[in-house]
Amino acid sequence: MKRIALSLLLGVALPALADRLPLPANTPASYTAECGSCHLAYPPALLAAGDWQRLMAGLNDHFGTDAAVDGKKGAEIKSFLERHAGNAAKLGNAGNPPRISTTARFVSKHDEVPAKLWRDPRVKSAANCEACHRGAANGNFSEHDLALPALKR
Amino acid sequence: MKALPALILLLASLAGHAETPPQIGKIYVTEAAAQQAGFAPSAKRGEAFFRQRFAHNDKMPACTSCHTDSPLNAGQHAVTGKAIRPLAVAANGERFSDPAKVEKWFGRNCKEVVGRTCTPGEKADFVTYLSEVR
Repeated sequence: MKRIALSLLLGVALPALADRLPLPANTPASYTAECGSCHLAYPPALLAAGDWQRLMAGLNDHFGTDAAVDGKKGAEIKSFLERHAGNAAKLGNAGNPPRISTTARFVSKHDEVPAKLWRDPRVKSAANCEACHRGAANGNFSEHDLALPALKR
Repeated sequence: MKALPALILLLASLAGHAETPPQIGKIYVTEAAAQQAGFAPSAKRGEAFFRQRFAHNDKMPACTSCHTDSPLNAGQHAVTGKAIRPLAVAANGERFSDPAKVEKWFGRNCKEVVGRTCTPGEKADFVTYLSEVR
């Protein structure tokens, strides 16, 4: 009986946990400074380790931008991302070059978002988590805490 | 005892690398003057550079593509949509206070928007404009 109660509790708690993706406490300052200037410093769990490796290997042409980071900082960021990377099987294929927004997890989580909203100038890009997830910088990706109503106006 | 304030100042500058916009501007003025005798920075030239459209990058042809027509305004990254705090010192006191950071962003953005590295003179004018604009 106790076990059933526990699994029920987990079933309720886990989806909520999945929406909380704060940056790990030991996130190096180089990660937020180098990666978080042009876009959100994404939670490392949103890509698998192999995808982060591919991404870090191609920073000199990072979706059309030269985002190269010098050797020491680059190594620090890469090892941080690998250490906190997500589960490849659960995330699904991120494509090449890897994109968080290509993973099956991202796609299924966003399947109800209308195409019109993605094109809204305030949103601009799937890279812009904070346009809808106002608390994304603090790791809050809860679907109960979205700016969608304001954006739909 | 007289040396104490000077010592404190020295230690503070060694610890934080924090400098003021005029100090950072001066670094570029010195560099520019070494290439061109009598160089004097100009906020007017800096503003023209800020507004110039370069035929290099369709998505971000000018500084204004991300930083808006007024550097006193908050901007938005032209590709990712991320909010960018104002570039003008009058609106954002953190601007032009870390020489390494300033040099890093000139490096990245000149390459991406202008299509080449910026000259010390262009940098001196740019820092002067953004330090003075109200």
